[in-house]
Amino acid sequence: MELSGLLFYGISLLTLAGIYGILSLGLNLQWGFTGQFNIGIAGFFAIGAYSTAILTAAPSNSFVGGFDLPTPVGLLVAVIMSGLLSVVIGWVTMRLRTDYLAIATIGIAEIIRLLLKNEDWLTNGVRGIPAIPKPLGLDSPLAFLIGIIVVLVVVYLLMEAARKSPWGRVLRAIRENENGVMAAGKNIQRFRLEAFVVGSTVMGLAGGLYAHYFGFISPEAFEPLFATFLVWVMLIAGGSGNNKGAILGAVLIWFVWSGSELATGYLPAEWQAQAGAVRVLLVAILLQVILLTRPQGLLPEDMGAGRTSDPTPKEGRPRKVPAGE
Amino acid sequence: MIDFLQLLVYGVVLGSILTLGAIGVSLIFGILRFAHFAHGDIMTLGAFSALAVVSLGLPVLVALPIAMAITAVIAVVIDQTIYRRLRRTAPVILLISSFGMALGLRSLIQLIFGPNNQVFAKGIQMPYRWGDIVVKPDHLLIVGGAIVLVLVVHMFLSHTKMGKAMRAMSDNVDLAAACGIPAERVVMWTWILAGCLATAAGVFLGMDAQLHPVMGWNILLPVFAATILGGIGKPYGAIAGGMVIGIAMELSTMVMPPVYKPAVAFAIMVAMLIWRPQGIFKGQA
Amino acid sequence: MSLLDIKQIHGGYGGMNILNGVDLTADRDEIVVIIGPNGAGKSTLLKAAFGMLKINDGTMTFDGEDITHLRPDQLVGKGISYVPQERNVFPSMTVLENLEMGAYLRKDDYSRQMEWIFELFPRLAERRKQQAGLMSGGERQMVAMGRALMLEPKLLLLDEPTAGLSPLFIDQTFEQVKAINKTGVGILMVEQNARQALHIADRGYVLTTGRNRITDTGANLLANEEVSEVFLGG
Repeated sequence: MELSGLLFYGISLLTLAGIYGILSLGLNLQWGFTGQFNIGIAGFFAIGAYSTAILTAAPSNSFVGGFDLPTPVGLLVAVIMSGLLSVVIGWVTMRLRTDYLAIATIGIAEIIRLLLKNEDWLTNGVRGIPAIPKPLGLDSPLAFLIGIIVVLVVVYLLMEAARKSPWGRVLRAIRENENGVMAAGKNIQRFRLEAFVVGSTVMGLAGGLYAHYFGFISPEAFEPLFATFLVWVMLIAGGSGNNKGAILGAVLIWFVWSGSELATGYLPAEWQAQAGAVRVLLVAILLQVILLTRPQGLLPEDMGAGRTSDPTPKEGRPRKVPAGE
Repeated sequence: MIDFLQLLVYGVVLGSILTLGAIGVSLIFGILRFAHFAHGDIMTLGAFSALAVVSLGLPVLVALPIAMAITAVIAVVIDQTIYRRLRRTAPVILLISSFGMALGLRSLIQLIFGPNNQVFAKGIQMPYRWGDIVVKPDHLLIVGGAIVLVLVVHMFLSHTKMGKAMRAMSDNVDLAAACGIPAERVVMWTWILAGCLATAAGVFLGMDAQLHPVMGWNILLPVFAATILGGIGKPYGAIAGGMVIGIAMELSTMVMPPVYKPAVAFAIMVAMLIWRPQGIFKGQA
Repeated sequence: MSLLDIKQIHGGYGGMNILNGVDLTADRDEIVVIIGPNGAGKSTLLKAAFGMLKINDGTMTFDGEDITHLRPDQLVGKGISYVPQERNVFPSMTVLENLEMGAYLRKDDYSRQMEWIFELFPRLAERRKQQAGLMSGGERQMVAMGRALMLEPKLLLLDEPTAGLSPLFIDQTFEQVKAINKTGVGILMVEQNARQALHIADRGYVLTTGRNRITDTGANLLANEEVSEVFLGG
């Protein structure tokens, strides 16, 4: 019992680390490559989770779902819905400074949370949606873990391919020197929007997997903290711009976060109620320490690969063409 | 009609609170070029600092300036220990840092003061009545206090050397340096001013309803909406932005559930971003 | 020793050098003009003199003091003022406030200096309460120069003060520059209207690819055939 309990804990730890790894890869495309500040990760995560939950859960009398549809359909819709949402947000904010994207994404995440909580007919409100099936017969925890790892590896390979592609190079060039890319005749807003949408669909997929893993979801799981903040700390710790770093950070920080839960179990009883606050405070401090001491993360971005051989001149630098006016 | 007027009263009260927060966000954006995501939690900090002083037996209005001082000092310390070092890299790193700071502050406040709702003063205030419209004494205090503070900020920005230096730096940071304006001192004063205003906003919010560790975070979105509506980086626009958002949020409860008040603020903000992202008023973007 | 003495400076904005060994001097009693083709490093040289460039080699002294690695906010107190070509006013502030910001470092009474500036630019006196951002290009240029003069600098750096101005304003600006110089303020300016600028200049520097090409008096440069053909457009 002891051993199997430990094994079970280990598998669930790795499964969630894997789901966070997928989220972290999605954020890496947006922030690491393109410099987009999305702090509404929880919103895309929630859209993905609820889309598949409503479609695949067993029928219920208390809300409009579930429709008992096959899980691949649910996951597909999860991806599509989060993508649609990101197109709308992106369309509004892509031409503006990234601060506006930050504000818009946190706003949409907050509104989604309000909708989840209050639109009982659609989401069953705070009672949450139960009886979400496991996909493709991955019923045992170990099988599900293997499934998550497969998805994680596929997403990783796709992100690596994107990073090395001309498309990925343009994204990083935009991050480094927007005006230079604009001068080269590229449509910056389109590239940004594409990166934002792809990253958001990856987050939606992670949300869908999360719903299937737990079999039950409720609005509590989508507080800004759990999804958004942790994913940010993961990516920054692992190394923004580095896909391996994104996964490494996700695993490490998830271990730290879960470990802190065990550790706070030893706090005196009167502090137990406050354990959550202690853990958040610790991670918040950890983030500041990383930003101050190792902002590039554990695995820094590989700046060599994919860089154009001719460094684009920085804005404002006079052209070196001696031509009379 | 009565409903409408009553909600208008609530809207002006909420607008006053939002204005005080938005002026700070706008000032910080103007000087440091980043959206300060911990501003809501600085408001919470201010409110709970005042609560600590009130618990010593002092009235709220005496506690307010003391809490302002405490909060301003903490804001400056946060800036000097963390933001200042990150400023040398990229402003966008400050966004992440301030987001983490928001959650850190909130957790710290929850650890110290507990996770439950608290109030400055127990008991029910006798409201004033004009026909069917009800106004609590606290409402008058909030609106009056906000007017006084806005006037003080106006005097500071338009008549003192430091206030003008702030506007100058917000207008054109390179030219400010070329004039010999000391950037770090201006930054420090910006935090002091923004911290004091956030304290007032937090205390007023606590007077209007209750104190809770998440109170500031919950109002951050409307504060940002007010800032953007008024034109980010333009403190005077924040007044109009705060009032429009506050009144719109309260009036919206006539047609939809009150829980969606932040969504109304957000919708107005998005409309603004599409229509004219530089804000209601003309000026440089 | 000259007021400003630049010796063999190399520098750029971090990456490649844009200035590759430039010499230049300027004094309080003269107007010095820098001309040259686009990309020659004219404005960059001006920025270097105002501490806005990373200097990798060479030295600069001002009033006998080494200023090679000082920042703008340190230089402005020593008597150098700089007027950028663009974004050279505080747009949301009034003319009066712009001038006050120019005098930020002064602890004494600067009302006489302000009166003098209003005499020099009567148009500003009429519009002292107007927002600088709402004024015309020529008026903004006056605000910018007035602001830079508030500290009573020994040397005024002007980056293309006539760029984008109508011919009437161009003539007026050159007259104003002469008038400022007469009060004992050294002028170092970059100009596109090179011919006109050389007419009022005591000395001129022709720069190409970040190096000195020709240095001579304004009159001699105007008379120089090579300068005339290549740099003044015939």
